[in-house]
Parts: sequence; structure tokens; C-alpha cells
Amino acid sequence: MHIEVRGLNKHFGSFHAVKDVSFDIAKGHLIGLLGPSGGGKTSVLRMLAGLEQPDAGEILFHGEPVTDLLPQERGIGFVFQNYALFKHMTVFDNIAFGLKVKKVPKAVLKERVMELVELTGLSGFEKRYPHQLSGGQRQRVAFARALAPEPQLLLLDEPFAAIDAKIRQELRSWLRELIERVGITSIFVTHDQDEAIEVADEIMIMNQGRLEQKGTPWDIYKEPKTPFVASFIGESTIIDDVSELRGFEEAGSGAGTRALIRPEYIEVGDAHEFTMPSATEEGVVHRLHFRGSEWMVEVEVGGHKLMTYRSLEKPSLTPGQHVRVLVHRAYMFNEERSWMEENRLKVDPMPVMI
Amino acid sequence: MNKLWIVLTYAVFTVLLIIPLVKMTTAAFSGGLGALGDALSRPEALHAFMMTALVVVTVTLLNTLLGMMTAVYLVRGNWMSRWLRRLMNSLVDLPYAVSPVIGGLMIVLLLGPGSAAGAFFDHIGFKIVYAFPGMVIATLFVTFPLMVREVMPVLQEIGTQQEEAASTLGAYSWTTFWKVTWPSIRWAVIYGVVLTIARALGEFGAVLVVSGNIINRTQTATTLIYQDVENFNVTSANGAALVLAAFSIGLMLLMEWAKKRRGVH
Repeated sequence: MHIEVRGLNKHFGSFHAVKDVSFDIAKGHLIGLLGPSGGGKTSVLRMLAGLEQPDAGEILFHGEPVTDLLPQERGIGFVFQNYALFKHMTVFDNIAFGLKVKKVPKAVLKERVMELVELTGLSGFEKRYPHQLSGGQRQRVAFARALAPEPQLLLLDEPFAAIDAKIRQELRSWLRELIERVGITSIFVTHDQDEAIEVADEIMIMNQGRLEQKGTPWDIYKEPKTPFVASFIGESTIIDDVSELRGFEEAGSGAGTRALIRPEYIEVGDAHEFTMPSATEEGVVHRLHFRGSEWMVEVEVGGHKLMTYRSLEKPSLTPGQHVRVLVHRAYMFNEERSWMEENRLKVDPMPVMI
Repeated sequence: MNKLWIVLTYAVFTVLLIIPLVKMTTAAFSGGLGALGDALSRPEALHAFMMTALVVVTVTLLNTLLGMMTAVYLVRGNWMSRWLRRLMNSLVDLPYAVSPVIGGLMIVLLLGPGSAAGAFFDHIGFKIVYAFPGMVIATLFVTFPLMVREVMPVLQEIGTQQEEAASTLGAYSWTTFWKVTWPSIRWAVIYGVVLTIARALGEFGAVLVVSGNIINRTQTATTLIYQDVENFNVTSANGAALVLAAFSIGLMLLMEWAKKRRGVH
């Protein structure tokens, strides 16, 4: 289902929870709605479902306005954070609920429920009650129940929040596969960037009620449009005065301009490891953390503490060691705009003409 | 020390409950089974028990409906301001705090022949005070918090998510109520019903004031006992009391059984 949202606003008392949010979602896409807690993600999801009425704005499904439709009439599936399973009903009855309400013939109902039981790997659990299931199984039941009436849009509110870390990983890829197989447009809310990056086709980042950016995980990572997005996605260090770093002497003029530097923008090592030593500067290894597949290096450069990673294949460093540090680029931002700044010394100052 | 407390507990239990019950039973049978039968089959006694039964049935039905609705509105009624709901929530407990006699008196003052409303209803031939409707209103007043206070915590505990889930699955409010909300509050409603019956059965003060205690018209079992005692008709009083007590004990046993069944489910 193609979804359009225009100028959505929502207040709870004096709290402005959703501020002028607009977006488009193409049919069949899986969208991660990402942001810190209290950012308005769940409110947007609930307004899409019709569980909350917007104060202003319009929601269109397939080009038809649905803002005045009840949740019952919108053809959506909703998976709640705590699943909200009907606790006095068996797994079978939970999944069958939406079909029973629609008065689907018994034989068709049974077939459809068993198909979903199969699809969600719940075979053999049909007669159990929700309190007899594990967290992961409950989540699957909630998922099957939402899918049973064949909705055109699936909304998931923090679907993995109540599940322990190990099973969460499995469920993520399971969900991703299942949604692909069913081919349903889906939006899921999460505050976990890894989850969003891993599962979603596209990410929408919300902060303080505003939609900050929408795009593929790679686009958002590569070209964050706002400082909030830049600092929220990936790891980073914020530098107040970037001109103190070598290669950026002329950058960052102007008050209030700050720089955000990601670990992958930085290289550390001995002088001979660099092809362009002139662009590097002196730094001292402050601390080393072993991260399983690489070293995380905290390096001190002219009073700034920068963070970077170093391959295990390269000669290992020791704390206190003097190294060369190359900062490839920095993400600059001030109150008006943001831009990428490359290390100017990386461009060969004396090109040899042949 | 511990033993002393146990003995004391038994003593209080015996003095307050067992002795009166035994005394009541022996007094009821003091004139033999025939006398007890005669006392209970007096026309005014039969009428009083019938009045009690009518009041109990009517009040239980009304209170179950009104109590459940009030509980649902107080917990789920987001269309009311929080301030209003808080005020209503505290007003629900008013009958606990106010003496039933005062409750009855308020009804007489508001709807009695001396008031405008009472005069109006009297004019169209509908008697409220010193008649059945007044007795129902008075009993409703004293039993009102029982159902609300049983159902409200359960509604709060189950939250709105299951109901919202039902609505996104296409179920409208009536289906949602019967299929999703009702199974969760069912036992609370049953407790509420049992408590309402027990309270309505034993209500005395409010009903005495409102009914006027007219023999063969508005006299209930409790006001009959009161009158028998006044007339030193001890056997009859104890007989009627025995019937009421037996019924109440039966109800409480039923409630215990219901609680056990709930645990099983």
C-alpha cells in the first residue's frame, strides 16, 4: 500500500508530540522509524493505525484520505510492544480473531490460521495460552494475528524490545524474511539503530516530534542532513574547533561551527604506513580496547581525544606510543547548515607535471 | 505470647459470631418447629421476604449494569477531563462514608412529597418515597461502590492494548467488549454481584427511612425483624433473621467456591 502523510501534528495537553511530519512510503517497503524515546515515533504509528487522532494533517492510503476512518476500517495490522495477546484465548483463537470478526467461513478460517501457524513456526502450539509461551513465541503469535486478516500495511511498535538480546538477533532476520515473503508494506518503530539499519529498506529518523531525515541506511550514514542524524547514526566524536586539526586549518571558520568525526574517517599508524605523511599529525595512543575483530583506539591529538579502529593485521600499538594520525574528513555543522569537509592536505600540494 | 493471640482471636470470633448465631438459632427453634413455621408463614412475613427478594433482584440487575458502565467510563473515558474523572472517582465512595440512614433521608428530602420533584411524580401517579422505587433507589445508593470498586482495578490492570488490538483486527466496540474485555472482568463482576446481593439483603437504615416500614406494603425482611423485636415477638424475629443469615452464609460459600474456580482457570 502506498502511504502519504502530510503535515501531521499531535499535541498531548501542552506537549507537542508530533510536529509537522510529512513523508511518502512506496508499496512493499519495510521502513524503520528510528529515534530516541519520546521522539514521537509511536504517536505517528498510532495515528497511522487510527488509534490516535491527529490535530492537523492528512494521511492517505492509496491516495485516499483515511484520517476520518476508524482503525477497524483501515485494513492495517498492528503489533504492540507487549504484544497485547488475548490472554484468555489459545494461540489458534488469537490468530483467528480477525477472521472470525470478518465472518470468514469456518473451513477457510481454519486453513488460513494453520497456514500462518506454519509460517510463523508455531506448529504444535495452537492449543496453548499466551502465558504458556516464551517471549519470542508470543511475538510470533502477535505477528501471525496481525497478518491473518491480510492487512495492506503492517505497523510494529518496538517489536523486539521485550525480547532478550540473543533471540532478538534471530527474530530480526526472521521478520525481515517473512515480510519479504508476504510482500506487505511495513513500518516498525525502534530506538535501536543497529536494528533499523539491519532490518529496514529505508529509515526515518525522528527527534523531538520532527522527522529529521528519511532515506536508505547507507544514504543516511553517508550524508546526514542534520547534526542530530549525524550524531545519532554510527559512532562519532564532536570537535568544537576543527581548525586545530591538521588539514582543516582553513575549515570551520565562523562561530558555533562544530565538527563531527567518525572512527572510520581517521587512520592511525607509523609514518611509513601513510602515502602522504604531510597530511598527518602527531598523536599519542591513549587507550586500546579489543573489539573482537579489531582494535578500538583512543588517540590524543593536540588536546582532542579521537576514536578510531585499527585492523588486527597491522602492527599492534601500545598506550603512550607516538603515532601519526590522518583525519580524512569531518562532518561540519552550525545552526544554519551542514557540509562535509575533506582534509585539504590530502591533495598533493606539488603535483608533478609530466 | 503467640498462643495468647490465637486464643484471643478465637475468643473474639466466638463472642462476635458464633454465640449470636447459636443463640439466634436456638431462639428461633425455642417454640418448636411448628411455631417457627407459623412465624415465617405469617402473611406479613411472606410479604416482607417477597419485598426483599424483589428489591435484591432489581438492585442487583441495575447495580451490575450501572456499576460496570461507571467503572468503564472512569477508567477508559478519555473524553472526560482527568479532573472530572477524579472527582467522580471520589464521589463513588460517598456511600461508604455516609451513614445509610442519612442516604435514605436525602432521598426523602429530594423525592419525598414535600419536594418539587416528589410532588411532580406524585401528580402523575408515580410514588417514589414510601414505595418500591424509593426502596430500590435507597438500596442502590448503599450498594453502588461495590461493583465499581471490584471492576475498576481489573480494567486498569488489563490496560487498553488488548482492546486496541481487537479494533485494529476489525472488531467494533460491542464485539470487543464481549470477546476481549468481558472475559477479563467476568470474575470481578461475579464478586461484585455477590457483594451487592449480600449488602442489599441486609440493608436496613436507608430502606427503613425511605420505605416508612408499612406492613404488607413496603416492609422488608430486615424491617420486619426490627418490628418483631420492638413487639417482643422474639421467635419470629429470630426465625426471619435465621433465614437471612442462612442465605448470606450460602452466598459467601458460593463466592469462596468461585474464587477457587478462578484459580483453576
